[in-house]
Amino acid sequence: MQERIVITGMGIISAIGNTVEENYNALLSGQSGIGDLTLFDSIHQESIKVGQVKKSTEELIAELGLSSDNNYTRTALLGAHAAKEAIANAGIQDINDRKTGLISSTSVGGMDYTEKFFYDFETSQASRKYIDTQGAGDSTEKIADCLGLHGLVTTISTACSSAANAIILGARLLKAGKLDRVIVGGTDALSKFTVNGFNTLMILTDGYNTPFDQNRKGLNLGEAAAYLVLEHEAIAIADGRTILGVVSGYANANDAYHQTASSENGEGAFLAMQKALEMAKMSPNNVDYVNAHGTATPNNDLSEGRAMQRIFTDHMPAFSSTKPFTGHTLAAAGAIEAVYSLLAMQYGVVFPNKNFVTPMEELAIRPQTSLLHKEINSVLSNSFGFGGNCSTVIFSKF
Amino acid sequence: MKVYINGLGSVSCQEGTRNFKSSDLTRVSQGINQAQQPSYKELIPAGMLRRMAKGVKMGIYASHSALEEANIAVPDAVITGTGLGCLIDSEKFLSTMLENNESYLTPTSFIQSTHNTVGGQIALKLQCMGYNFTYVNQNTSFESALLDGLLQVQAGELNNALIGGVDEIGDITMRFLQLTKKINTVDEIFPKGVNYGEGATFIVLDNKQTTQSYAELVDTAICNRVESVEDFIQSFLSSQYIVPEQIDVLVLGSNQTANDGAFYAQAQAICSSSALETFKEFSGEYHTASAFGLLNACEMLKYQQLFSTGESKPIEYILVYNQFDGKDHSLTLLKKCGD
Amino acid sequence: MEDLKIELKGKIIEVLNLEDITVEDIQDNDPLFGDGLGLDSIDALELIVLMDKDYGIKLSDPKEGRSIFQSIETMATYIAANRTK
Repeated sequence: MQERIVITGMGIISAIGNTVEENYNALLSGQSGIGDLTLFDSIHQESIKVGQVKKSTEELIAELGLSSDNNYTRTALLGAHAAKEAIANAGIQDINDRKTGLISSTSVGGMDYTEKFFYDFETSQASRKYIDTQGAGDSTEKIADCLGLHGLVTTISTACSSAANAIILGARLLKAGKLDRVIVGGTDALSKFTVNGFNTLMILTDGYNTPFDQNRKGLNLGEAAAYLVLEHEAIAIADGRTILGVVSGYANANDAYHQTASSENGEGAFLAMQKALEMAKMSPNNVDYVNAHGTATPNNDLSEGRAMQRIFTDHMPAFSSTKPFTGHTLAAAGAIEAVYSLLAMQYGVVFPNKNFVTPMEELAIRPQTSLLHKEINSVLSNSFGFGGNCSTVIFSKF
Repeated sequence: MKVYINGLGSVSCQEGTRNFKSSDLTRVSQGINQAQQPSYKELIPAGMLRRMAKGVKMGIYASHSALEEANIAVPDAVITGTGLGCLIDSEKFLSTMLENNESYLTPTSFIQSTHNTVGGQIALKLQCMGYNFTYVNQNTSFESALLDGLLQVQAGELNNALIGGVDEIGDITMRFLQLTKKINTVDEIFPKGVNYGEGATFIVLDNKQTTQSYAELVDTAICNRVESVEDFIQSFLSSQYIVPEQIDVLVLGSNQTANDGAFYAQAQAICSSSALETFKEFSGEYHTASAFGLLNACEMLKYQQLFSTGESKPIEYILVYNQFDGKDHSLTLLKKCGD
Repeated sequence: MEDLKIELKGKIIEVLNLEDITVEDIQDNDPLFGDGLGLDSIDALELIVLMDKDYGIKLSDPKEGRSIFQSIETMATYIAANRTK
């Protein structure tokens, strides 16, 4: 049997909490993090709601102990915050005592600061330290520096499936023996750029997102970061780590249908789930919980719902989208939901798909709408993005 | 499993997509150098072309050349790298948003600004439903894609993979980088200023050697920060049981400016018996420029000829080393294909 | 009305970057989507912005666009009845 890739640490900051514990408590109590946009001025402030992290940029800077001349964007700050929790959670003292890598992901990178200083760069010398932070790789570089990590560091950006893909690459690098240990995840801060971008696509709801509901009107954007520590099973055991779960299967496929929309029958999603189950050597019947992508856009939920029906046929396990809690956290979503999947397994609980009222006409399956306690041995987590990008990761109990 | 490079394609500051000899090329001499645009009409239907960003067009063109050469219609995977994605559309969306106070914005430039738009649109055009990743890690974006593809073909998960690097010049960002004296202007050459370029370089990895094959891709490695170039190179080579003396040609991503630091000189000292080749004087600097250097290395191995002088000589191994401003170091080791 | 139709054709060509098409190529009753001009859902979003920007007509649901954007004829009829600028 091939050596397993295990998860030994996790960290998260989202609209429902600044730590894993706070996130878990909010999921249990049903406390959503969706509310008004106050992070920056926007003409859309009245008409949309978002999932903002409840820490100001200044607080994040202070907590990380950065000097006043730092040029960390909010994306980098959120990432560093969550990555540090993951390292501490794993009990890692010296990041470089094993061959360690960092695979981060982001959609807009440092756009949150580029848009802020766009008109200042020309005239203000002080603002120019942020010119270099626009690239998506900048936040990853900052996180690596914060952790003191020297090694294989890279960034993935495949829109809303990015962090799931970071988990996939991390597992691959471990299996290939390129690394002993890898920190994987994603970070995205809210930005005016993203708010307006999604607004042009007319997929933002003016209320609270309602995944898999007949009357769903679109998504709420959110900001968040989450990271997992992945290790070789043998190394994790040798280092005396607590093992939170196993990455037992994963796959990425392309829908090759449209630049932003998903196909009617969810072919890409179907392929991703099918291949991931194949790698995990699992029958769909062995999946105890599906953490769906479930963005609450008309298109995603129909396409994903159909793909799930094709995979699970008459045996659909409990499924929910946790985006009513956090909003759609874009590149970070796959990592946020990986943390929730691991918590679901650890505590034997399916988190509710909030805001669901009316079943979709086209689907026979219904999401889990209340907190459900049951034994969960494996979770399948979906993440899909623009460009037809479809990813599935399966987590199992150790 | 061994991995071969069976096809190449590029859009760059130079005419043509491959077969580069330095004597036929033009040196990039200005701060900002646009890529030579081929005619896209024959390749891309007008309905698709009308909305495509420059980076997407360059990517489709270069990937088409590479796939054609490797004789592959639809690859098993499309893996791309880009530093800043389709920068022109990102700038357009951002500046329109700020100028119009968030009103009357249209989706096209936002969609193109998504970093994986090149990889996504290549898949869409080829109807490729396979693995599709995009790496955006500054100057190791391309090598990240290369490593991912290499590992999957090595492990037998893929038979082949289309790998590429794409970056485009955006006027506003270039202007900002000139303000910080990182890119030379028409009037001034800065101590750490580089001449910037753009382009798309695609290669096809395959588990089979063919008569088309350029080289065997032995390994590639990336590192965010390197304390000792010697250790970085030694440990990379020793993992393949190679010593620096075996490297016939060392390809360096040098800009011959102050931002090279001492890194390239140290690499040269380690591979002291290797012939030395550089390429950024022809490609310009950009986040995925190192792919242009790899393309040259592939041709040197296939034709057993040095890029700079055209001199014929036996070349068994080539090492490509790139970094920018002391960060994001990459090494790629290529070997001559077996007879 | 005829002027509005010609104006619309010109704007559509410009906004959607329909390089090889001229105003004369588009017939008033030609379908804009699918088999006709071959426009797609992203173009529909572009047209919604055009309606807002040039004619002061706000469409909040992309589905509304489907009947309005059937052809130049339907689009012009809707604009004539609902324009605020």
